[in-house]
Amino acid sequence: MRGITVAFACLIAAACGQQGGKSQPRGLTADDAAFQKRLQEQFLDAKPGTVIDIPAGQHALDRVLTLRANGVTIRGVGLDKSILSFKNEISGPEGILVYGSDFTIENLSIEDTKGDGLKINDGENITIRGVRVAWTGGSQTTNGAYGIYPVKSKNILIEDSSSWGASDAGIYVGQSTNVIVRRCHAEQNVAGIEIENTINADVYENVATGNTGGILVFNMPNLSQPGHSTRVFKNKVYQNNVANFAAKGAAVASVPAGAGVVVNSNSKVEIFDNDIADNKTANLIISAYFSTNYYNKPGIDPNYDPYPRAIYVYDNRFSGGGDSPDGLDLKTLKVAMFGLNGHFPDILWDGYRDEKNLVNGQPPAEERICIKNGNSAVLNADGPHKYKNPSTATTQFQCELPKLSPVDLSARS
Amino acid sequence: MFQQAPRWAALAAAVFVGSILGACSSAPQPVHFFADGRPQRLSEWHVVYRDGGRLALNERVVPYDLNSPLFSDYAHKLRTVWMPPGVSAKYASVQSFDFPVGTVISKTFYYPRAAGGDAGVLRTYDQSRDFAGQGLDLEHVRLIETRLLVRRQHGWEALPYVWNAEQTDAELARTGDEVPLELVASDGARESFTYVVPNENQCAGCHVVDLKAKSIAPIGLKARHLNRDYGYPTGAENQLELLQKIGYLTGLPPLAEVPRNANWRDRAQPLDARARAYLDVNCAHCHSLTGAADTTGLSFEAVTAADRHLGVCKPPVAAGRGTGDHIFDIVPGHPEDSILPFRMGSREPGVMMPEQGRGTVHVEGLALIRDWIAAMPGQCGA
Repeated sequence: MRGITVAFACLIAAACGQQGGKSQPRGLTADDAAFQKRLQEQFLDAKPGTVIDIPAGQHALDRVLTLRANGVTIRGVGLDKSILSFKNEISGPEGILVYGSDFTIENLSIEDTKGDGLKINDGENITIRGVRVAWTGGSQTTNGAYGIYPVKSKNILIEDSSSWGASDAGIYVGQSTNVIVRRCHAEQNVAGIEIENTINADVYENVATGNTGGILVFNMPNLSQPGHSTRVFKNKVYQNNVANFAAKGAAVASVPAGAGVVVNSNSKVEIFDNDIADNKTANLIISAYFSTNYYNKPGIDPNYDPYPRAIYVYDNRFSGGGDSPDGLDLKTLKVAMFGLNGHFPDILWDGYRDEKNLVNGQPPAEERICIKNGNSAVLNADGPHKYKNPSTATTQFQCELPKLSPVDLSARS
Repeated sequence: MFQQAPRWAALAAAVFVGSILGACSSAPQPVHFFADGRPQRLSEWHVVYRDGGRLALNERVVPYDLNSPLFSDYAHKLRTVWMPPGVSAKYASVQSFDFPVGTVISKTFYYPRAAGGDAGVLRTYDQSRDFAGQGLDLEHVRLIETRLLVRRQHGWEALPYVWNAEQTDAELARTGDEVPLELVASDGARESFTYVVPNENQCAGCHVVDLKAKSIAPIGLKARHLNRDYGYPTGAENQLELLQKIGYLTGLPPLAEVPRNANWRDRAQPLDARARAYLDVNCAHCHSLTGAADTTGLSFEAVTAADRHLGVCKPPVAAGRGTGDHIFDIVPGHPEDSILPFRMGSREPGVMMPEQGRGTVHVEGLALIRDWIAAMPGQCGA
């Protein structure tokens, strides 16, 4: 009876259509809802060779755009003109989510997603060019985690792009192989640019400023591959002094505010020819996983290597910084060693090293931390002994390592 | 025209035809399998059809339930499978069965109606008033959507259909839909939410269980989910045995050798088995060694070892603010310090897990996982 009654009522009540499906998404205008429907259809129908054009305008969307085809290009008319806004997103949580290879996205902006801005999972030959991801309210814990986020992918070029306000990392490359990040800008994020568990990455000619940490090269446990071989060069990394606004437990929550470049638990990292300045904890931090809050035996893969190895730092231009470190331990340490008005040296090392693997009290030659950077000194913070016996050292880091090869993406199809 | 396999004819007559006698206004056409294309209306498939005040199942359309189902905003679900005559699915002990081309799986999401406005639906597990025979009693339930999973020559395809206000037919909604609803609890408490019908790519978000293969697959039609009784018109019977009996399934080993997930709501079953069954069906389509969440190092498969792989003392990888200020996925004995229940307890995109398929918190599922963690031995010491 009820069904019949409802059916009959619909005949006489124009408003009835709102009771079933096909309702207009809340928070979107009719134009935006129609635009979203058309765009969703283009994403659904995309096949190799498809170019999805994003016209000029501020387009409000309330649902993630997911792409599952290979060989697709998404193209706007300019990152200040073609803007996809996810402020009212109810289902996602990403802005654009891609499972596909031979993918290009260029010349557009993605704003205010609930989760990651642009996530690309398990693709090969990925180009991200002229893409801006932003949370327009500035640095806030409630922002999405990552701005531009290729993961488990291969042959990735990210250029002329930017991220603003990510509550974890702005440009974050995870568990990937063969990566170039160049001419990008990262600001207002917890981590500006982060290379994590990635093999062969070149990070150059970027600007990272106004983040908690500028450029990070990390290895996390329990993941598909340990990373190695990252070159960080010709970047400008300055004034990354924003208070850490990541939720506790987030991968970058343990990064102290005022960190320029940070290497954590990674190996074969080459840092050269950068301008690194005025990062108040230290311009460069080299650390082991033990300095994060996460180390515990049952939760960590026993094969995970927590130590930084084969780190080569040379010919950078350091200035300022180290004058107001974040966190009680480091503050106390700074005052005790260098006085109220003093500052840490340019390079802060937490002092953890693989004690089982020393040769004459030093790591094997090919695994050492080598510094060839003018007068730059290293503070050994003595983390293993709760910062009891810190020291400034230079001689033990006087060594050289073989230089890494440039990342070559020319073979991409 | 429609030809029935002889063995089926007998069963259909015995089991299903009998159940719809008397209510049938006109004999329906047989199920139509579209080898390609996207029919605009659900009725074109003739899998389920409007029959007076009921949503009825066509002949050879076999309903089934899961030991522990996916939570979908307290929606009730009518699941069916249909196969063309003369073909059958091959049994597999762990993965989804290998279904033949032509298979049509349907899942109709509906709610018992609450008194008052059309948006009000009941937040209840009670299905006693849902059914009229094998079909649904539309006097008592409101149909929201019917999703089809269709096995075509090149693989499975997902087609979401949204029911009209008149409840006479459902229309293809490739780009999904949003339906404002209000859940009414038994104590009268009301909770408004937007029921989100997934678009086709979001269907794949769960049903692409192997990211490398990229193809979609059924999730529920696995031995461990199906190994239970169903109340057929002929009486209660094990679903797998019935499927084998009617020719829909081959290779079924003796039931004692068939895995069986717990019913998460059955307090007579061990807490660990209930929790693992819940996590399996709600999380493991992404959180597996091959799924979309293989980036996280966190798995909730039935076979996942109960250690860091399951999240025990495991630091998160890409949770962002989804950590809720906690540093491990599961802290044994301490649900209040664990990320997993925190994310299950959120309804905010970017925080909540699962990422899609719900806009409300599954209070009872969350309570189960909290109890399970509270009872878990061990600690995350250095």
